[in-house]
Amino acid sequence: MDLFEYQARDLFAKHGVPVLPALVAGTPEEAEAAASSLGGKTVVKAQVKTGGRGKAGGVKLAADPADAREKAGQILGMDIKGHTVHKVMLAAAAQIEAEYYVSFLLDRANRTFLAMASVEGGMEIEEIAVTKPEALAKVPVDATEGVTAEKAREIVAAANFPAEVADQVADVLQSLWKVFVAQDALLVEVNPLVLLKSEDGSAAPGLSGGKIVALDGKVSLDANAAFRQPGHAELEDKAAADPMEAEAKEKHLNYVKLDGEVGVIGNGAGLVMSTLDVVAYAGEAHGGVKPANFLDIGGGASAEVMANGLEIILGDPAVKSVFVNVFGGITACDAVANGIVQAFALLGSRGEVVDKPLVVRLDGNNAQLGREILTEAALPGLEQVDTMDGAAARAAELAAAK
Amino acid sequence: MAIFLDENSKIVVQGMTGSEGMKHTRRMLASGSKIVGGVNPRKAGEKVEIDGVQIPVFGTVAEAMKETGADVSVVFVPPAFAKGAVIEAIDAGIPLAVVITEGIPVHDTTEFWAYAQGKGTRIVGPNCPGLISPGKSNAGIIPADITKAGRIGLVSKSGTLTYQMMYELRDLGFSSAVGIGGDPVIGTTHIDALQAFQDDPETAAIVMIGEIGGDAEERAAAYIKEHITKPVVGYVAGFTAPEGKTMGHAGAIVSGSSGTAQAKKEALEAAGVKVGKTPSETARLMRAIVEAL
Repeated sequence: MDLFEYQARDLFAKHGVPVLPALVAGTPEEAEAAASSLGGKTVVKAQVKTGGRGKAGGVKLAADPADAREKAGQILGMDIKGHTVHKVMLAAAAQIEAEYYVSFLLDRANRTFLAMASVEGGMEIEEIAVTKPEALAKVPVDATEGVTAEKAREIVAAANFPAEVADQVADVLQSLWKVFVAQDALLVEVNPLVLLKSEDGSAAPGLSGGKIVALDGKVSLDANAAFRQPGHAELEDKAAADPMEAEAKEKHLNYVKLDGEVGVIGNGAGLVMSTLDVVAYAGEAHGGVKPANFLDIGGGASAEVMANGLEIILGDPAVKSVFVNVFGGITACDAVANGIVQAFALLGSRGEVVDKPLVVRLDGNNAQLGREILTEAALPGLEQVDTMDGAAARAAELAAAK
Repeated sequence: MAIFLDENSKIVVQGMTGSEGMKHTRRMLASGSKIVGGVNPRKAGEKVEIDGVQIPVFGTVAEAMKETGADVSVVFVPPAFAKGAVIEAIDAGIPLAVVITEGIPVHDTTEFWAYAQGKGTRIVGPNCPGLISPGKSNAGIIPADITKAGRIGLVSKSGTLTYQMMYELRDLGFSSAVGIGGDPVIGTTHIDALQAFQDDPETAAIVMIGEIGGDAEERAAAYIKEHITKPVVGYVAGFTAPEGKTMGHAGAIVSGSSGTAQAKKEALEAAGVKVGKTPSETARLMRAIVEAL
């Protein structure tokens, strides 16, 4: 889960990473009040989970509270790369002497944590990596040792930070590492990390020249750690979630909404991903029909889970046909077939009508028995095809015909 | 021979007394695996009866190894306690730890992986179905009755695609099938399994199944080009996955332009690997190779 800048800033502050005074506003009026309480000039920043908001006009300097109100009015509601701006963050305007970059992230390829640091901050890290790769220091961090004072100095030295800021940056790195570990983050990034101007950096109370602060940041959190991070649930942006995905999540279903017409249910993440691909290939012969969703009901595939899955998918107006693709491995196909039959009954009792054609492919453990159960049940609109490729083609054909 | 696991493997199960642990210990026993004990500090000294077999429960992995000569541990311990369980297995010096548990925070996995470096434990998983050498031993949750012993080696990020592939080629049989797991950080990689299959005289050809996320398949492709002389057939899932969405497996995510199925397929093809468009087509490619041997 990626966080908004203001949420990242809160986590930075919580673990001792120096940040500028800032407040969040959802309306121009709130922005005006926030600017008054911050005092002086402020920077009004769109809160969106995408890069390039500065270029898109989502970051503006405001001279006073009235100006902040106006600028917030311009930014709120803006569309930045498909993201609507619902909130702005107002931060005390700072006089900047230098911009740096620091981050910690998971290095999947090397199965370790990685520190990245550069004295060339301010632009996107991908850009630094391409235009000035020699200016980007990468230092592996052993997960069992973490960022000690010594490791922090090593990172600072590797990136050639100037001597006058070296100690401060090393401190920031140790605090930022605390954010990374304590919050179970996959990424914590400060970009830019800035050195405030020394002559008159006092743009806002509490700021003094020569000080290092995190001006902007990105944090991405590990969903697997939710069980020990009770605070993470409230960081979710529920307003932006797809309503169908939100409903599926409430039912503990592993669902991702896509933009096609063939609803897909399967067991196992790999098999379902593969099913989407096979449906898309098959769809090429049927006017470009595509999968409508990813839905993995897992190894268990009980009647209730099947019913919940079908309910979500049948409730999607974009869905024109449904492909249930199950390989009986741990769960035998007869149990899955019974699950489908019971799911139809359960949906009927909920007042739902299954009015879309279903193509079912059962294979693997007890496939024959499962197929017989479905044949005997003669459920309306349900047909069986024995192979995955054949069933995908049939589901695509049915979706195209509707 | 087979890889990593054979008829002499002695298995202990960490978390055997939980519901998943019990269910799959029963299945492993039924498939002929030598299950020599369970580990649960709160039930040490007890015995658990599964289908008429008395299985001793030990307080620690070290104790279980000392008493039984166990050389494989299968871990069903819940996510919150998995790191501790794996570190315990590493400290005991078990040669192979198979971590089935899904949902382990990546900080924990990265930590136990780092801890295992330079020690003697091979880790398979986490978030994996385990591995099977048909007719010899089964460590994990792969259904044992899909196929028989044969000459195909299989390494896969996905459980159900492993089963699907084993089923499609069930008449030919497999030397070993290794489910390496779908998490961002895993112990044994495609490359480790490819290397072992290359060295295994019983394996004649290799199926490699990948999916979106990370660059493990690209690295495997480079490895195949340099080091693998046996025929390899590949499959990659997730061509239709949208950017930035996790597709079931924690590691299955396209980030920006990295981790796409297309890039993985191209890398494998550039290394001379035939890549199937669907699992069934992949199975047909492998069938043609094995039947021509």
